[in-house]
Amino acid sequence: MEFFAQQFINGLTLGSIYGLIALGYTMVFGIIGMVNFAHGDVFMLSSFIALIFFLILTTWLGLTSVALVFLIVLILAMVLTALWGWAIERVAYRPLRGSFRLAPLISAIGVSIFLSNFVQVVQGARNKPVPPLVRDVIVLYQNEQYTVTLSYKQAIIMTTTALLLAGFWYLVQRTPFGRAQRACEQDRRMAALLGINVDRTISLTFVLGAALAAVAGTLYLLYYGVVSFSDGFVPGVKAFTAAVLGGIGSLPGAVLGGLIIGLIETFWSAYFSIEYKDVAAFLILIVVLIFKPSGILGRPEVEKV
Amino acid sequence: MAQGSTIGRVAPTVAARRTSALPEMVKDAALFALVTLGLAIPVVAYRTDLGQGTGLELTGRWGLVAGLCAAVFVLRLAQRLVLGEVSRRRDIRTLAEADSKAPARLARPGRIIGPLTLGIALTLPLLAAFGSGSLSEGRYWIDLGILILTYVMLGWGLNIVVGLAGLLDLGYVAFYAVGAYSYALLSTVFGLSFWICLPLAGLFAAAFGVLLGFPVLRLRGDYLAIVTLAFGEIIRLVLINWVDFSGGSAGLSSIPRASFFGIPFTAGEGGFASTFGLTFNPMHRVVFLYYLILVLALITNLVTLRMRRLPLGRAWEALREDEIACRSLGIDTTMTKLTAFALGAMFAGFAGSFFAVRQGFVSPESFNFLESAIILAIVVLGGMGSQLGVAVAAIAMVGAPELLRNLGFLKAVFGEGFDPNEYRLLLFGLAMVAMMVWRPRGLISERTPSVRLGVRAR
Repeated sequence: MEFFAQQFINGLTLGSIYGLIALGYTMVFGIIGMVNFAHGDVFMLSSFIALIFFLILTTWLGLTSVALVFLIVLILAMVLTALWGWAIERVAYRPLRGSFRLAPLISAIGVSIFLSNFVQVVQGARNKPVPPLVRDVIVLYQNEQYTVTLSYKQAIIMTTTALLLAGFWYLVQRTPFGRAQRACEQDRRMAALLGINVDRTISLTFVLGAALAAVAGTLYLLYYGVVSFSDGFVPGVKAFTAAVLGGIGSLPGAVLGGLIIGLIETFWSAYFSIEYKDVAAFLILIVVLIFKPSGILGRPEVEKV
Repeated sequence: MAQGSTIGRVAPTVAARRTSALPEMVKDAALFALVTLGLAIPVVAYRTDLGQGTGLELTGRWGLVAGLCAAVFVLRLAQRLVLGEVSRRRDIRTLAEADSKAPARLARPGRIIGPLTLGIALTLPLLAAFGSGSLSEGRYWIDLGILILTYVMLGWGLNIVVGLAGLLDLGYVAFYAVGAYSYALLSTVFGLSFWICLPLAGLFAAAFGVLLGFPVLRLRGDYLAIVTLAFGEIIRLVLINWVDFSGGSAGLSSIPRASFFGIPFTAGEGGFASTFGLTFNPMHRVVFLYYLILVLALITNLVTLRMRRLPLGRAWEALREDEIACRSLGIDTTMTKLTAFALGAMFAGFAGSFFAVRQGFVSPESFNFLESAIILAIVVLGGMGSQLGVAVAAIAMVGAPELLRNLGFLKAVFGEGFDPNEYRLLLFGLAMVAMMVWRPRGLISERTPSVRLGVRAR
């Protein structure tokens, strides 16, 4: 039972990170119906941006306050990754609107290959470790054999995710931008006729998705303490699985899906075999897409001519 | 007239562009450079390396960043000055003319390049032998030819799935792996010869294609892509982790080599050389492998070309253009897709068993997602559906980096330790995006349907 509880906490932490990435997938899919294949690599890139700012702040500027460093790194990573998100949308996706059906996906695969190899070229192929920033743990329960702990890192990750989801939900449900975004989701042409700047709304969606990926990337670096250029692919696919499982296009669904995927993966590694944990995630993806492509909270899709 | 009104609508923007003056262009280019600066901070500006101590060390590279920004500035300015003019003219022309002339004009280079490429491919071992002095010294070229032809075959195989049927398959390499491992296992465990294993490998791969395709082919395009991607990864992970079956990440080695239809390429009595009264040369096997993959690739091409003339092939192309219309016309879309999927998988299986017999060694490393992406990039750059385009793209993308690696002057320009292969995938990615943005229908030829109506109703 103690083991289960500990794994549950670990799973929720992992799931929070997946959920944050999944939000980016789900928003972009909702608004232009495209799988942003490069999103996982944007996440990886943001992790590198966070890594470098972390090093600058701690080794060069000598900042010691953990909270301050974390906050500055988070904000800088979000801003710069958002710029990448904007640039990618502008260069690789916007010119393709109205092209044939698979064009955006192929372009996104191109961006994905470009990003991971770009980081490999400019930063080298080796793993980049950082010293652990936060070590403290809270002991939740203790007996002779087991201690169930919640580390500060895990607490930070879960709280950040919860706060961001709340903020985000507010943004989409209650602000003019959110209304514009939902209008574009339903009918882009009609939204344009009603005076909504569709291009800008789509751009902003990409920017927000990238910023969320940057939060996930920073938290990922904080949690694992190591990042490499190839780290975008597998988390990206898993987060996409999460988005599909939760119902693609639905924001709470993305986080719910992320948590479920995180839990399944953690329990699978804990109770069955750690080697096949990725197989488990990929199998879930296939099974969900075949049997319930609309996901848990999604609306069934109607194919129109 | 519909055309007249389109010109009328575009005319103001054309006029507006003409008035755009140099300061405006400079401002625009400066903006581009500024964005580049933002993108380059900090991933380009600082490189992280493991230093002497325990932690990472940062090295500043602001010179590189400045260079990048300057390059972007100049390129953008040049684009506005030169290409702006060209694209403006093109706008007017394409609007004024109907697009009916375009396919006829573009079909011409294919008539020359096609037979030329085939001729070079057929005589490559001879050319290599004469060019380098002897057969053994030409080995580099023949090996390169084998590598390129393997990708040409894989590209043509995937072209059936992606180019003809319009199904985006991101896990194509899984079928390649099935072919490679089925030859490796059948030959080492059961001692079957290559010529029995080759069709079996194709059958296995096709069976896997049907197995995967049957449930997933009802999905819409991008979901299908992701599912095939997941399938490819599952196959790879199983190959890595099921050590008893596949040897794990160490792979399978000492796979029997190819024989000349039963006659081994050995030096002694009963070998290929003594049977045909030749002096023994290890190059015989390499040349044989070269022609083997050439024949396999040409079979793939021939089958594709013939399939396009069959009702099934026509249905593939119709499916690519409009799936809902196909369904309305009574085409069984699932079966049609399944045949394309299985056929594509079969050719990957053939190529896989060729890969295994050539290398004598297979490991899961060779079958990662990147390999799928490279094959897909070849098909995309080739123009999705064009046979010649795929061949040219394979030569350009697999052959060119190999050749660039041996060019000494690049090292002199970019400094010692410059390896074009590092940049190969970077360029692949950029090229895929550029193709989709500028020429989504291919560089040298178009993927027009085999049959089309004379006048398209608008």
